[in-house]
Amino acid sequence: MPLAKRIIPCLDVKNGQTVKGTNFVDLRQAGDPVELGKKYSDANADELVFLDITASYEGRKTFTDVVKRVAANISIPFSVGGGINELKDVDTMLNAGADKVSINSAALRCPSLIDDIASHFGSQVCIVAIDARFEDDGEWHCYLNGGRLRTDKCLAEWAKEAADRGAGEILFTSMNHDGVKCGFANDALAMLADILPIPVIASGGAGSMKDFRDTFIEGKSDAALAASVFHYNEISIPDLKKYLRSENINVRI
Amino acid sequence: MDVVIIKYNAGNIYSVVHALNRLGVSPIVTDNKETISRADCVLFPGQGEASKTMEYLRNNQMDILIRQLKQPVLGICIGMQLLCSHSEEGNTPCLGMFDVPVQRFCPVRHEDKIPHMGWNTISHLQSPLFEGLSEDAYVYFVHSYYVPVNPYSIAVTDYVHPFSAAIRKNNFYAVQFHPEKSGKTGEHILRNFLNLAAQQ
Repeated sequence: MPLAKRIIPCLDVKNGQTVKGTNFVDLRQAGDPVELGKKYSDANADELVFLDITASYEGRKTFTDVVKRVAANISIPFSVGGGINELKDVDTMLNAGADKVSINSAALRCPSLIDDIASHFGSQVCIVAIDARFEDDGEWHCYLNGGRLRTDKCLAEWAKEAADRGAGEILFTSMNHDGVKCGFANDALAMLADILPIPVIASGGAGSMKDFRDTFIEGKSDAALAASVFHYNEISIPDLKKYLRSENINVRI
Repeated sequence: MDVVIIKYNAGNIYSVVHALNRLGVSPIVTDNKETISRADCVLFPGQGEASKTMEYLRNNQMDILIRQLKQPVLGICIGMQLLCSHSEEGNTPCLGMFDVPVQRFCPVRHEDKIPHMGWNTISHLQSPLFEGLSEDAYVYFVHSYYVPVNPYSIAVTDYVHPFSAAIRKNNFYAVQFHPEKSGKTGEHILRNFLNLAAQQ
């Protein structure tokens, strides 16, 4: 069997509470991450991502205690990001119950961190998250610090380098699509799927059940990540999976 | 019943602790040889790299200990691979409880992404470990190396080609997937393993 396409609720966390922004600003509260994590695990979500979204900006470490509490209550795989800057942080997170870590700013600043994580813990532990914006020059530019700082790297080039260095997965967030709820960046996602030998997680733009279908078919995504449509009960995961099955997409029910 | 989890330099061990806690069991996580030898059942889980984990086990004489265990043992993921004869990962001689090699997936098509990471189905279920489960149940995998189908296979998954999702020889059980991360199906498999141990 090919792998089931994964549905991944994302818990963006600030000060122990889940938040979700529109285009990376205007945060509003969306609940307790532990409660949400358990709810999604029970609803047959395939994986969870737990991001301390302010970590790089404020230089803060991910809150290990919250990670521990979430991990104790769920029975599905679980990734942690935000504030992962060195191997020691990875070790701390894995010991707290996380299955994988996602690195973003730290990898852009120090790409050899990817090699180090892959060689110490295995590629499967290392998700490289990329925030990129499609700009007037017709290129996708990668950003640091939760979308606050533009870099010289372009999406395809950086994703390829990350994979070559040993990333296990690429989590691509389109800053143009994030929070807008008009679908994922399927052209860029399909491009990544074509050039990368590793799975790609689509992020940013989920608004309807059809958006998920489209990113699995047109975007060739291996997994789709969303936050607000799940947190605010706009889409229920069991309903979404039933719909995707009816569209002949292989999902775990 | 004393349920022991072998503590060594692999990641992900605490996920197994949490999963057992959710089943109402409090496992002992230890590298104490006496405690491990006396346990009613032993879990040997983890995610990691073969050569580094084997080196650690050897340096701490845990390789000898694991080979001598008589109670039900459940290897998970890298634990399963380390129970085999040899791993292509780091060209590593392993514990040799199962006389089968561990090989790296060679993608045939571009869609065959490595690691094999995500939810896939298990079939040809042939063990009390899977009692009460239906064929093609979904479980969670994360791995780049695999154990080929062999006479010890008790579950098969097809990715790139069929491989062993689980193997068994005498008291040694091993699964390539992560029951501790496989939702209700995984909890069911862990409970079956504990029941097997309780029946000893």
